[in-house]
Amino acid sequence: MKFWIGVAVTVALATGLALSRANEYFFYAGFVVLQFVVLATAWNILGGYAGYVNFGTAAFFGIGAYTAVVLFKAAGAPLALQILAAAAISGLLGFGTGLLTLRLRGIFFSIATVAVIFIMETAMVNWRYVGGATGMQLLRPPVMEPFESYTRMLFVAMAILALIAVSIARYIEVSWIGRGLRAIRDSEEAAECFGVPTLRLKLFACTVSGALMGAAGAAMPMYMSFIEPPSSFSLTYSVSALAMPMIGGTSHWLGPVIGAILLGSVQQIVTVTISSEINVLVVGVLLVVFVVAAPDGILGLLKKLGWLLRSSR
Amino acid sequence: MSFELLLEAIVFGVLLGCFYAAVSIGLSVAFGLLDVPHVAHPAVMVLGSYCTYLLGRYGLDPILAGIALMPLFFLLGVAIYRFYYESFEKRGSDAGVRGLAFFFGLAFIIEVGLILAFGVDQRMVEAAYIGRSLALGEFRIPWRMLVAFGVALVLTAGLTIYLSRTFTGRAIKAVAQDEPALRLMGANPVRIKQWAFGIATGVTALAGAMLIVVGPVEPSLDRVYIGRTFAVVVLAGLGSMTGTLAAGLILGISESIVLMQFGASWAPAVAFGLLLVVLGIRPQGLFGR
Amino acid sequence: MAAALLQVKGVSKRFGGFAALSEVSLEVAAGERFGLIGPNGSGKTTLINCVSGALRNEAGSIVFGGEEISRLAAYQRTRRGIARSFQIPRPFHSMSVLENLVVPLGYVARLNDADAHAEALRILQTIGLADKAQTPSNRLSQVELRKLELARAMAARPRLLISDEAMAGLAGNEVEEVLKILFALNATGITIIMIEHIMQAVMRFSQRVICLDAGRIICEGTPADIVKNPDVQRAYLGA
Repeated sequence: MKFWIGVAVTVALATGLALSRANEYFFYAGFVVLQFVVLATAWNILGGYAGYVNFGTAAFFGIGAYTAVVLFKAAGAPLALQILAAAAISGLLGFGTGLLTLRLRGIFFSIATVAVIFIMETAMVNWRYVGGATGMQLLRPPVMEPFESYTRMLFVAMAILALIAVSIARYIEVSWIGRGLRAIRDSEEAAECFGVPTLRLKLFACTVSGALMGAAGAAMPMYMSFIEPPSSFSLTYSVSALAMPMIGGTSHWLGPVIGAILLGSVQQIVTVTISSEINVLVVGVLLVVFVVAAPDGILGLLKKLGWLLRSSR
Repeated sequence: MSFELLLEAIVFGVLLGCFYAAVSIGLSVAFGLLDVPHVAHPAVMVLGSYCTYLLGRYGLDPILAGIALMPLFFLLGVAIYRFYYESFEKRGSDAGVRGLAFFFGLAFIIEVGLILAFGVDQRMVEAAYIGRSLALGEFRIPWRMLVAFGVALVLTAGLTIYLSRTFTGRAIKAVAQDEPALRLMGANPVRIKQWAFGIATGVTALAGAMLIVVGPVEPSLDRVYIGRTFAVVVLAGLGSMTGTLAAGLILGISESIVLMQFGASWAPAVAFGLLLVVLGIRPQGLFGR
Repeated sequence: MAAALLQVKGVSKRFGGFAALSEVSLEVAAGERFGLIGPNGSGKTTLINCVSGALRNEAGSIVFGGEEISRLAAYQRTRRGIARSFQIPRPFHSMSVLENLVVPLGYVARLNDADAHAEALRILQTIGLADKAQTPSNRLSQVELRKLELARAMAARPRLLISDEAMAGLAGNEVEEVLKILFALNATGITIIMIEHIMQAVMRFSQRVICLDAGRIICEGTPADIVKNPDVQRAYLGA
């Protein structure tokens, strides 16, 4: 119940902000942070709960973006339809990738997901219709009422997407699916022997995770008014989507949200004030520091802190 | 495709394939034998290329520079393994997930570090054998490929002999197969693995030198080599040295044929496609059990 | 003998060139206490891996409750009533003891969360782990881990329980405790296959024993017969 009130308040807040006189840059940066909330939450469904490390976020994100572009170019499809179709196609890609590799030990799955990025990128580089290697410019359609600018509308769309992603992750976490995924992470062999249909659950997680990543990617072309292969399939998405849950904490749906908001905001500030290379470096260094020193992320640290406070009283 | 073109593609593919085997052999030890999820291997190799580039500015021949870098990279490898062992392997639970994330993060740090130090522009080295070709009738074979081919063969053969003929080499192979047995014999598996990882990283320095001999290098080059090196190691069957050479040849020849037939924009996908197919159909590799 | 619950017919399994099992056939009756012994590497664990579904047998068939199961995935076999404990305990280490049992109660017995928690607590009480219900399973002692393995197997509501060296490394009184639990389970009608190195325990527990050596059955009989059998003595003493 508390969760759903939180969802309603957040939707109202995001829409209210978008209709207010707040600075345009706020929405420009906020969109990126929310996009990372979706990616990190999606990554965590497979990576955090089931323990299968997906390096291929960029593949699902990129395919989502290109699906949106194709629909837009071919039929002038509206944003909502672009996002839905992108989710469907990326979900299918997730299912296919999972079918091919989820029978294998963890690291092989991870390496295979890197392969998916490059294969998808190569395919897009060689596809003339979407601009090939040079990419293409996109002309934004006129903005819908009641929004003042397209960026504001995208911001609200991404906020809704983030809430959908978090709700799905939370549902999976507290349901029997989440328990099965955790059992897989702890001991796949024991899970299978105690009735958990491991392959089916992993496929489900991989599909849902891929679909959400694709949905996040679908808003990107309109945001940039441009699409090209290298930035759509950038490994930065993969690293961020993996680093944010690891930093926030992977065992609770709140972990990726905290990680994404924190790291996403820091990145936005660093990009503006220092350089975009440094901001990627920050992600890499924090990732390494956290996996080594704080394996349960910020949530784990908070839990320990709470425990310390309680026991010192 | 005409016969001459096909022949040329195969000759070039063989040269390329040996080179691919050589750049994968460090990973073959680190991942294939030691089971360390070393996705930062290609990044370490590119780091080797940039070190070679730096030494090259003082007039040192790239191959000699690569050899000179080997002890340094050996120490780097020992340090990386020690850190990985203390932080993940020793703690046990969830080591897989966090170990992978660690190496992925490490690769990224190396890549961005190189961008900050050298920029995103391509770098190359100079040597007498770079830029010239050997003319054999119709064919023109670039000398730099031949040099890389020669070094690659020596490196692969050397490591194969080391692993099968020396006491430490056999211990490394034993640690991969049966760690408890080795412990019973009084050997310390952690020290052996540390040594082996050092050797794997040392070899990677020379691989990095070859990489910059074969062509210009940029910081993000490690990405495509994640596919190439893992494709070779997985196709070879984990930890098999002769398999590594054969798998390198298969990749080199396929890439070279695709390059000539379909153009350069398709070539990077060959390794990744091959990797996916192998993982999907025969994950134990061609030469695995 | 009552109708066979489990029939293993001519099962073979190879690893590369090594024949881990060759043409093994055996039957276990419903309600029976069945012992499986043999020296290290004789194929005991391979055999139960084939029965439980962790491995697929190459030749032969495995029939459980009248149904051919050798092509079913492990989780499907568990749902048909085969549960096992692991030789090296494999708890779901991020979960509490109670939640470890809720996994099979949810996935095999299909109970809802509230019922599963109540049932898990009941099982923990019968097995003597109730006071550890909320303890994280990675903080248990050896004997507690063994009990958790058995409790989790019970939560899968098996008709056949395979106990893979559930007593290895335990002290004398702890062995007694585990034996008592297994006898109690059998009394409720669960068929039990016990794999054990502790001879005294397996001989006391089993009604019938089979001895494997090098992937073949070398003899079968009552515990008294087995102890006297010269082949068994040779296999164990290497004479």
